[in-house]
Amino acid sequence: MDIVVCVKHVPDTTEAEIAIRDDGRGIKKEGLVFDINEADNYAIEEALLLKEEFDGAITVLTVGPPEADETLRMCLAKGADQAVRLTDERFEGSDGYATARILAEAIKDMDYDLVLTGVQADDDGSAQVGVTLAEVLGIPHAALVVSTETEEDEDRMTVHRELEGGLHEVLEIELPALLTIQTGINEPRYASIFGIRKAMKKQIEVLNLDDLELAEEAVGEAGSRTSLVKLFIPVVTAQATILEGSPEEVSGELVTIFKNEGVI
Amino acid sequence: MGEIFVLAEHRQGELRDVTFEMLGKGQELAVAMDAPLAAVLLGHNVDDFATELARHANQVVVVEDERLEHFNSAVYQQVLAQLITEREPGLVLIGQSAQGMDLAPSLATQLGLPLVTDCVGLEFEDGQLLAVREMYGGKVSARVAFKQANTYLVTARQAAFPFEEGEPLGGEVITVGSPLTEEIAYRRFIEYVEAAVGDVDITQADVVVAVGRGIKEVDNLPLVEKLAKAMGGVLAGSRPVVDAGWLPPDRQVGQSGKTVKPKLYLAVGVSGASQHVVGMKASSTIVAINKDPDAPIFKVAH
Repeated sequence: MDIVVCVKHVPDTTEAEIAIRDDGRGIKKEGLVFDINEADNYAIEEALLLKEEFDGAITVLTVGPPEADETLRMCLAKGADQAVRLTDERFEGSDGYATARILAEAIKDMDYDLVLTGVQADDDGSAQVGVTLAEVLGIPHAALVVSTETEEDEDRMTVHRELEGGLHEVLEIELPALLTIQTGINEPRYASIFGIRKAMKKQIEVLNLDDLELAEEAVGEAGSRTSLVKLFIPVVTAQATILEGSPEEVSGELVTIFKNEGVI
Repeated sequence: MGEIFVLAEHRQGELRDVTFEMLGKGQELAVAMDAPLAAVLLGHNVDDFATELARHANQVVVVEDERLEHFNSAVYQQVLAQLITEREPGLVLIGQSAQGMDLAPSLATQLGLPLVTDCVGLEFEDGQLLAVREMYGGKVSARVAFKQANTYLVTARQAAFPFEEGEPLGGEVITVGSPLTEEIAYRRFIEYVEAAVGDVDITQADVVVAVGRGIKEVDNLPLVEKLAKAMGGVLAGSRPVVDAGWLPPDRQVGQSGKTVKPKLYLAVGVSGASQHVVGMKASSTIVAINKDPDAPIFKVAH
């Protein structure tokens, strides 16, 4: 089973303080730690598990700057066979649709049975590229996948989609197909030292707009159907009482509040 | 502007809340833009839903087909593409739910329409549609514009738009013919599977102590468990903790897990992603312990 996995190199902002760029259309990246997008990490693991079961090759693909090679190398170290980075200044400003078209151009001539992406990226949180990519490629898709099951040489796959409230939807999908992978589907492995060494020697293929059969008007802002006007830090309308101090002080205050307010 | 479509979302015999939230927002925009509001209902034997929706829309457009009994994005896409092409609505609202996330991007792509997903705000400014959505886990908000088009597609975040029961609109219910001809073989719905039920029902507890990624290590879990026990409560968690296998799925609070409304919700190291917050924001008292003062959890904490 040949699998293409699309990944994204994103900043970890869970505990970081975020500042908005002067042009208001992005955040300042200095000082932020970047890593593979969380859901994509589960997608690459799912690809590795399927490869272990059915053989085949894994191609990992990203749209991003040279720094994104770090994420691609980590995927190679875990067992992906080849890596492609799509990069061009003219890609700047691409929305989910334009990004999907860039990816599709690189994927369309590959041999694949399955395309995997994460459900959504931790940075823009659009959850748009995967399902859009399926439509551009003209293959069926399922989003929010939390389990996959198939047989050797089978041209169909049974997958579970995660719905709300702990419910799953079971469906059957024809291959080749695209699945967007939800976190928790598996236990992502760590790369071995041996794998990391091996990955250092592998070549990452770098393609730009001129290598793709796409016009300049099809990418960047010109090729996008939506555009970021302005980012802002949301006004926290919090009514929260903030208690600060040592654990003893804070817990004492909290207990007093609980008693006075009759919380418990 | 053309009419406003709201895609009614239903599952296992119930209309889902996001439908009414979108109808509320849709009604506000419809009044502002002097456009009619239509609820679009795809299903099989859904007369009761149509009657209920008619209270909140100027028209209910029903597509009746037994192949629409359960949601299947491939089938939905075919029906909606036909309906949107025929009626050219100015705006289509779909929920950012397990259904909408599976449907909206491919529908927009097929029809060549601009789509903004997971919106928490939506308004017309000088006739231009502008959406507000969150990025970076809720730490940043973004205003997003659409490229000029006859029809705009928007998915609305669940629980982002409040719904208030207003004067019934008393819309008419019309049934249009199903455009489905043959079976779609490339994607077939099989069944729904309920998550396994564990020994503890976190929805029944008066005190819920929830842990998040901020507890850093599984070794810190027994300490919080002790706290939960001492307070007479139950231990629950956010998605990352369940994904990591530290807690079973039936302890997960949030959109894809349980919705809880305890007297006290104590969030330990929970950042407060929107998907988590929808599952606990109705708690009577919310206390959050977090070293990051910008953590979105403080938006709902007391």
